[in-house]
Amino acid sequence: MRARRLASVASLLLAAALPAGGRADGPRPGPPRTLTVFAAASLTRAFGQLADSLRQRMPGLVVTFNFAGSQQLALQIEQGAAADAFASADARWMAEIEAHGLVDGAPRIFAHNRLVVVTPAAAPIARLADLARPGLKLVLAADAVPVGRYARQALASLGRMAGFPADFGPRALANVVSEEENVKAVLAKVQLGEADAGIVYVSDVTPEAARDVRRLDIPDAANVVADYPVAVLRGAREPEAARAFVALLLSASGRGVLRANGLVAPAGE
Amino acid sequence: MPARSRRRGRWWAIGVAVAVGALLAFLGLPLASLVIRVPPGVLWARLLTPASLAALRLSLVTSVLSTLAVVALGLPAAYVLATRPFRGRRVLEVLVELPMVLPPTVAGIGLLLAFGRAGLAGRVLGWFGLSIPFTTLAVVLAQLFVSCPFFIAAATAGLREVDGRYADAAATLRADPGHAFRRVLLPLALPSVVAGAAMSWARALGEFGATIMFAGNLPGRTQTLPLAVYMGLQTDLESAVALSVLLLILSFTVLLGLRLAHRTPRVPWLGRAAGGGR
Repeated sequence: MRARRLASVASLLLAAALPAGGRADGPRPGPPRTLTVFAAASLTRAFGQLADSLRQRMPGLVVTFNFAGSQQLALQIEQGAAADAFASADARWMAEIEAHGLVDGAPRIFAHNRLVVVTPAAAPIARLADLARPGLKLVLAADAVPVGRYARQALASLGRMAGFPADFGPRALANVVSEEENVKAVLAKVQLGEADAGIVYVSDVTPEAARDVRRLDIPDAANVVADYPVAVLRGAREPEAARAFVALLLSASGRGVLRANGLVAPAGE
Repeated sequence: MPARSRRRGRWWAIGVAVAVGALLAFLGLPLASLVIRVPPGVLWARLLTPASLAALRLSLVTSVLSTLAVVALGLPAAYVLATRPFRGRRVLEVLVELPMVLPPTVAGIGLLLAFGRAGLAGRVLGWFGLSIPFTTLAVVLAQLFVSCPFFIAAATAGLREVDGRYADAAATLRADPGHAFRRVLLPLALPSVVAGAAMSWARALGEFGATIMFAGNLPGRTQTLPLAVYMGLQTDLESAVALSVLLLILSFTVLLGLRLAHRTPRVPWLGRAAGGGR
């Protein structure tokens, strides 16, 4: 008795749901298609905007992102996470995925990013040399996170520049109070005023973040340019949509969005 | 209808067995997978690295300190909640239970906003040149925040279970309340108090979200075992798994030891039902 009543309720619900779902897709019936992109945390804002324009080009497409440190995304993909495309903040983790035979085609460099020192707007430090001042609280990403590795390279390079003491690098590293898991966590600690300085990508200092932090530019000679490769993944469930996303990234309009978010579009594309 | 009721009884037993089996498999499989993933020889090699040992030492020191603080601060609260009916007691109970259900990251943000440099309490500390975030003290405070509800819930339940006539008898014998608590109430409720302290210690040992938010992650200073596991996951899966197994064995040993020490284990949130006879 109870089972039959349940069944009739279920069929009623199904009848109510089906026409709505069936017609919403217009000429192409079936479940909505979902593109899943795994992307470095520093791409959060730019990719959000790009997803909007991809949805306009491919109506009915649902775009979902998994933003995290590239190293973590690479691990998830190796462990079989269902992703259609991977955009990494450095070549190293893309190479790792490639070595596991998980990349479909060759990865393409779609953007470059540069490092910048951020410091709380309420209590900013004045000069880059202050990073080595004893007692300063510096927050970096962990060494395994691309931006953490780049930041350590930049600190070492600054130490070789005129106007910086020779032991600048080691002294600045001695000021590190926390090694964060991704670039956004570094930024958050500076935004909250808990750290005196942090090193993030230029693209992380969004208009929203700029309210809480001041930028201290790192000279070109010491700055590190991060290459961002993107690739469609082998076993993608939506290879067509993934390829469309990569094409959009490399297109003029895609480069415009990336530039507007502080990333540098590669030359000669 | 004895045949029918017997048949029902059999189906009941089968249903219970299937449910219990499914639950055990669900809980046991991930744990077993961790243990068999890394061969024992490799496990030892990974655990005996300076980085792992530093995380282990920090975890043990901070979790013991936070448990001591939990007991020192939580026992008076449990005593009040268990013995004094007063207006707003329910609200207070919910308040001290809240950290149990709060996402730990939220707890960490709250701690930062309160004790951070720009925080309400943090600013006052700043006048004395004190700063808590990114220190080992911050690790202990994060653990204290998330683990104290486990202790207070267990200790309150235990103290409430003690027959009120014992306290009355002590009072007629002119024992002052403090004396009655120490000599009568606490000894009778001791199994619950100890179980609560152990639960809270185990929770402190596993603390992650509030710690990484409030204390940051620096090897030797604020990188406890769970943080080391998480960071290790990103570079070296094997040592992450080795550290996970270590955490597992530590927690299992302490919780099991406690169950064996007190023959009638009392699960705080099940109250009397699981406590059984004394």
